Amino acid sequence: MSLRTRVIACLDVKHGRVVKGVNFINLTDEGDPVELAARYAEEGVDEIVYLDIAASPDGKPALLDVVQRTARNVFVPLTVGGGVRAPDDMRAVLRAGADKVSLNTAAVRHPDLIDECAAEFGTQCVVLAVDAKRTSGGSWNVFITGGRHNTGLDAMAWIEEGVSRGAGEILLTSMDRDGTNIGFDLDLLRAVTRSVNVPVIASGGAGGPGHFVEAVRSGASAVLAASIFHRREVEIGEVKLMMERAGIPVRHV
Amino acid sequence: MSLPLIGVIDHGAGNLVSITQGLERAGARVRTVTEPGGLGGIEGVVLPGVGVPGMAMARLLDSGLASSLARWESPLLGICVGLQLFFESSDEDRKPCLGVDAGIVRRLQDAPLLPHIGWNDLDYPVKRGRRDPIFSGIKPQAPFYFVHSYAPVPRDRSIVIAYARYRSRFVAAIRSGSRIGVQFHPERSGTAGLRLLSNFVSETGRFHARRQAGETSS
Repeated sequence: MSLRTRVIACLDVKHGRVVKGVNFINLTDEGDPVELAARYAEEGVDEIVYLDIAASPDGKPALLDVVQRTARNVFVPLTVGGGVRAPDDMRAVLRAGADKVSLNTAAVRHPDLIDECAAEFGTQCVVLAVDAKRTSGGSWNVFITGGRHNTGLDAMAWIEEGVSRGAGEILLTSMDRDGTNIGFDLDLLRAVTRSVNVPVIASGGAGGPGHFVEAVRSGASAVLAASIFHRREVEIGEVKLMMERAGIPVRHV
Repeated sequence: MSLPLIGVIDHGAGNLVSITQGLERAGARVRTVTEPGGLGGIEGVVLPGVGVPGMAMARLLDSGLASSLARWESPLLGICVGLQLFFESSDEDRKPCLGVDAGIVRRLQDAPLLPHIGWNDLDYPVKRGRRDPIFSGIKPQAPFYFVHSYAPVPRDRSIVIAYARYRSRFVAAIRSGSRIGVQFHPERSGTAGLRLLSNFVSETGRFHARRQAGETSS
């Protein structure tokens, strides 16, 4: 065997609760993050991602308390994003119990943040989260503040810059596909995985186990989903079984 | 036998929460250690590590813990950068490390993508027909969680107790006497990782029980 392809559960957290919307709006309450994370760990999830979606617009720090409770109860890797604007914020999140920190809006506004965090904590700790949306011209633009603002930045150019500044991993969300359950944006995934040599996490659009297989075949090192796992529309074990049948190495619990 | 007292070294960055919790679940008492005075009464030490070795080393030198750790003779478990600090230096920033083990920390060779992030298998060199006792009770096929781009290249290959493969083979764990180092994160590796932490706690307990027995009989 070899390095297993990761199946990641993403929990969008707002004011201590898990929420999920379609195309970044219409948020619904989906439960307690620590309880959900513990359930996923038991079901064999390979990593948990918390995105504190209240942090960026409201200017609040990440949910350190939720991170700490998770680290005490759930012994799988934990990536946390939302509201990290300085290396000191990142230190606080790591000390609370995160393994990796994802940067999004703050990195677009101050790209040096990527260099600073990588220098202090290592590139393996710094995840660049990119929310990308197709343009009419066949490319993708970067959106920030939870998908509210179009930066006009070209996603490929920004991702390449982020990696050269020290991002060790890309969390790539297709805003066009997010919450739609029609499958990942494979064109986007292929374009990004061809242009950078760090792991890319595919996010946005998974609706069934077959979608995860397609994403891995399009270059993803890890595949992520949220609401379909929260609502048990798709089980983590089912995804792994399908991947295994397709010849993709996975981890079983 | 009383519960072993384990010191977890705090050098400013990194997740001590999961390590502490994992050790406590294994029956240890845990104290966070920030300076040499904090080592009083400590029976085993865990040296965790996130970040770059030079940064962690600078903090250990500032606090005076570097020389205490270099002289430490009771059980010691280095995790990730904690393991890398045992060696002479790292290619990541070329600063000197503790140097208690001979060798250099190097970037992973021929890796498909770096960092190497995820769950990977261990490959155990067979010594006298068994694995190192730190892996006792862990299924040989159980994967562990890695997140790194560098790994040590020990001069003395006989200290290697586990390899892993990411296209090329690299060193995933070492032991030299009661000093153990793992490149993966047991605190993030589910039940197999918790078992490894628990094995370290048991080993610490046995080490001091033997030492006490030795003192009584002599």
